[in-house]
Amino acid sequence: MKDIAKKVLSGDSRAIARLITLAENNDPSANDSMKDIHPHTGKAHVIGITGVMGSGKSTLIYELTRLYRKQGKTVGIIAIDPTSPFSGGALLGDRVRMMELTMDEGVFIRSMGTRGMLGGLASAVYDVVEILDASGKDVVIVETVGVGQAEVDIIKIADTTLVIIVPGLGDSIQTLKAGVMEIADIYVVNKADRAGVEQTVAEVESLVDITCSEKERKTPILSTIAKHGEGVKELIIEIENHEKYLKKTKEFETKRRLRYEAELIEIIRKRLMNFIFDEEQFKDKVELLIDQISKKQIDPHSAAEEILSKILK
Amino acid sequence: MEKKIRVLVAKPGLDGHDRGAKIVARALRDAGMEVIYTGLHQTAEMVVETAIQEDVDVVGLSLLSGAHMTLFVDVARLIKKKGLDDVLIIGGGIIPEEDISKLHKEGIAGVFGPGTPCEDIIKFIKENVKR
Amino acid sequence: MIKNKELENIKKIKSDWEKNYYMPHVKKHPERRKKFENLSWNEINNLYTPEDVAHIDYIKDIGFPGLYPFLRGIHPNLHRGRLWTFRQFSGFGSAEETNQRYKYLLDHGETGLSVAFDYPTLYGYDTDHAMSRGEFGKCGVAISSLQDMEILFKEIPIDKVTTSMTINGPAAIVWGFYIANAENRGINRRIIGGTIQNDILKEYIAQKSFIFPPEPSMRLIVDTFEFGYKEIPRWNTISISGYHIREAGSTAVQELAFTVGDGIEYVKWAMKRGLKIDDFAPRLSFFFNSHNDFFEEIAKYRAARRIWAKGLKKLGAKKSRSLLMRFHTQTAGVSLTAQQPEINITRVTLQALAAVLGGTQSLHTNSMDEALALPSEKAVRIALRTQQIIAEESGVTSTVDPLGGSYYIEWLTDKMEEETYQYWDRVEKLGGVLPAIEKGFYQREIANAAYKYQKEIEEKKRIVVGVNEYKMDEPVDIPILKMDEKGEERQINRLKKLRKDRNKQKYERTIKALRKAAEDNENLMPYILDCVHSYATLGETCQVLRDVFGEYEEPAIY
Ligand SMILES: Nc1nc2c(ncn2[C@@H]2O[C@H](COP(=O)(O)OP(=O)(O)O)[C@@H](O)[C@H]2O)c(=O)[nH]1
Ligand SMILES: [Mg+2]
Repeated sequence: MKDIAKKVLSGDSRAIARLITLAENNDPSANDSMKDIHPHTGKAHVIGITGVMGSGKSTLIYELTRLYRKQGKTVGIIAIDPTSPFSGGALLGDRVRMMELTMDEGVFIRSMGTRGMLGGLASAVYDVVEILDASGKDVVIVETVGVGQAEVDIIKIADTTLVIIVPGLGDSIQTLKAGVMEIADIYVVNKADRAGVEQTVAEVESLVDITCSEKERKTPILSTIAKHGEGVKELIIEIENHEKYLKKTKEFETKRRLRYEAELIEIIRKRLMNFIFDEEQFKDKVELLIDQISKKQIDPHSAAEEILSKILK
Repeated sequence: MEKKIRVLVAKPGLDGHDRGAKIVARALRDAGMEVIYTGLHQTAEMVVETAIQEDVDVVGLSLLSGAHMTLFVDVARLIKKKGLDDVLIIGGGIIPEEDISKLHKEGIAGVFGPGTPCEDIIKFIKENVKR
Repeated sequence: MIKNKELENIKKIKSDWEKNYYMPHVKKHPERRKKFENLSWNEINNLYTPEDVAHIDYIKDIGFPGLYPFLRGIHPNLHRGRLWTFRQFSGFGSAEETNQRYKYLLDHGETGLSVAFDYPTLYGYDTDHAMSRGEFGKCGVAISSLQDMEILFKEIPIDKVTTSMTINGPAAIVWGFYIANAENRGINRRIIGGTIQNDILKEYIAQKSFIFPPEPSMRLIVDTFEFGYKEIPRWNTISISGYHIREAGSTAVQELAFTVGDGIEYVKWAMKRGLKIDDFAPRLSFFFNSHNDFFEEIAKYRAARRIWAKGLKKLGAKKSRSLLMRFHTQTAGVSLTAQQPEINITRVTLQALAAVLGGTQSLHTNSMDEALALPSEKAVRIALRTQQIIAEESGVTSTVDPLGGSYYIEWLTDKMEEETYQYWDRVEKLGGVLPAIEKGFYQREIANAAYKYQKEIEEKKRIVVGVNEYKMDEPVDIPILKMDEKGEERQINRLKKLRKDRNKQKYERTIKALRKAAEDNENLMPYILDCVHSYATLGETCQVLRDVFGEYEEPAIY
């Protein structure tokens, strides 16, 4: 086993941080370590949190983490923010809400940019969850960007997905109706100190009634005031209930299967892309084909077939 | 491989003037870097622990109160003590000439005064980043 | 302002002039830029004529100095009577050193004092608190107790000189030090005069030296309003500040809109408490920046006065004293360059002139070396002399509002007022001032403006002399102020001794009473004064309020 993998397993922050970087950068040297740590994963409960910008996700994570810590649990936090499609850079500001946790040895926080991935997740997030899981964190919380119709990938990685809504935002209810309804395991109406909470809760309730009418489990709706830590205790209980429910119904296995499927696809995709676009033997060929497509000498489908036939050989 | 330069922009101490820090943070993002911003009032310990967890290539400190000889040096020494040898440290603020060489000696490789074009900072980072 | 027929005529001639004279000329001699913009990115036309001010009703919209809507000034004779107060913001190191500096300034013709506090003081920490590390005396003077305040004003006639104190989060306590010091010196507190900045909204918006969350902060501020007009009637209990908003990178319009909007917000909170508007409004004062675009700044001050007068009238103010906006001005610190620092003198001169032409009541002129370090004595003196030259030599004080009636100025004044209301509408839509702060609206607007401005400088769309044009390599030759290295230690020892020597029972009793009053809903000023008199320190008193009120954390916005 590589040194870095051993250190990750012992919970060493710098090793964790470095292996995450390698995974994020698609550095091939991460592969062996990822293989080494995998047998030690699967224990952490993964919570996904999604909701529009400013709805209080980071604040809520801070409060959740404080409570988990009081219960003696260790926590890993992955905070994902969008990467600018123009520059490839990103401003990662979620930590601001959680600075008080910085000096707590039982907490590890990592900020990530989406680096070109759609769906609200970062490509390396599967690896990062595994790393934090292997390092011994009891709970891993993933904060992702926005709930638009495209940003539903969080369910591929989370055991329990929280969708955060705030009162008075008609559009977020609209988005829910538009199809992200299915992704929530628990609804959180945050900023319950604001006017219009009852109405928002009622609206969500009626949506839940429609979508869950045939299901065994009705998606619970909680209201919180994350800023003051109110409702967080109840939220943790609901998360536990959901975990129990998953295990009881075997849905847990379904969820994990979904995650490994997504992970496998992502690994294959990345490796294949690296192979095609970075390896010397293909790089020039690819460039050439793109030129030819531009000059209308070949169509994109035939070009793709040409590349694939080379790989499959 | 898709290596990106990761930069921690931190404001140690009590000074709340974050115009400069924010402008630089944005400019670095626009130059393709990943910028982690910590907000105000950080202790040296928090800055360094954040640098570790985020595995940054650069720690950028901003301070206009004039307390740089204490607070920048606190951070630089702690970084050294923790053995983060491959982290580039830079600092900005109202820093008199005579302090600059002292800061260099403490390991703060780049020191930028008011009015420094962001371009210069970007260039400095790109040329001096250690990994 | 002009009859219809005449206006038609002017329009016609102007369009002829444009077609037959201006355009051909420009074709031959192209203009230096495609578009001329001021610092708020408003496009400025080549010429302003009666057409641009045709909608203005002189008597209603412009009027006369000293009369509603106070566009032309708050006094009938403005600077022909009393000059503005020469008030240099100053403070560094220990109370002893700053006391020396104040005496120096007063000896050189300064007419009012203005205290800069260091960061620990601004955050309500004593000098020996862990968070104070490295900050002692750096950006101002360190004041941790009544004892330090006694030293700061030793031998200074505070019954005659007025003092402005830039303090916000712990303003009530520091004001308490000042009042207690006067009382201990046998001066009736009803005659002392001055200002506490006490403007927490702009701290959330821009300056970031906040302590408590908004609600309890607003409560404390209203406490000072009430205590002020009843007990310290010559004191300005707030200085609603655009200065820092501007320094954080806002445009002139943003500075105007956000600041006067904050002012209205304070009035509403005080009225909600049940205070009568005409009791407290006369003691509200303002503080603006003076930046580089000369005419824009002048228009800003004029617009501010009119917006305020209209706004207060709408809220029910009757007294003229309530409607008129008194303000202090400071030249723009951000506009100073570290390169070729001497040329800052010229910048400051222009900015100061704009403030005077805009009708300021009090003025601070920056020292040329402030982008490099704390100002040296010589630099401060030159800055002060700049004001004296404007006052005594330039002749601009001979008449009131000399630019009033200028087509350009009146047009711009109107435009800035209109854009202010647009901003207010946007804030209203977000639910008001506090929700807009929480949503980061102001912060984002300012950050965007700051970034845009910086980019324009880097792209040379805007020229800053000595920075992106007219550069030279030169050794910077500015004497740097050296501080007394023993100051910090001396003050910490003094604090320790104070804590040991004071009457312990009295200290504990007053602190306990403050805690109870804070938990209930009483006006805290009398309790704070009791604490201060018992030599409770700034940190100790503030900690009580921190315990009860909690601390504010800012929304993270870029
Ligand atoms: N009024 C209110 N504000 C909250 C609450 N929770 C969070 N906030 C504020 O909402 C803003 C955005 O919070 P943040 O956690 O950064 O949101 P995120 O973008 O979803 O991560 C911050 O200013 C928080 O203080 C709440 O329950 N009530
Ligand atoms: Mg967040």
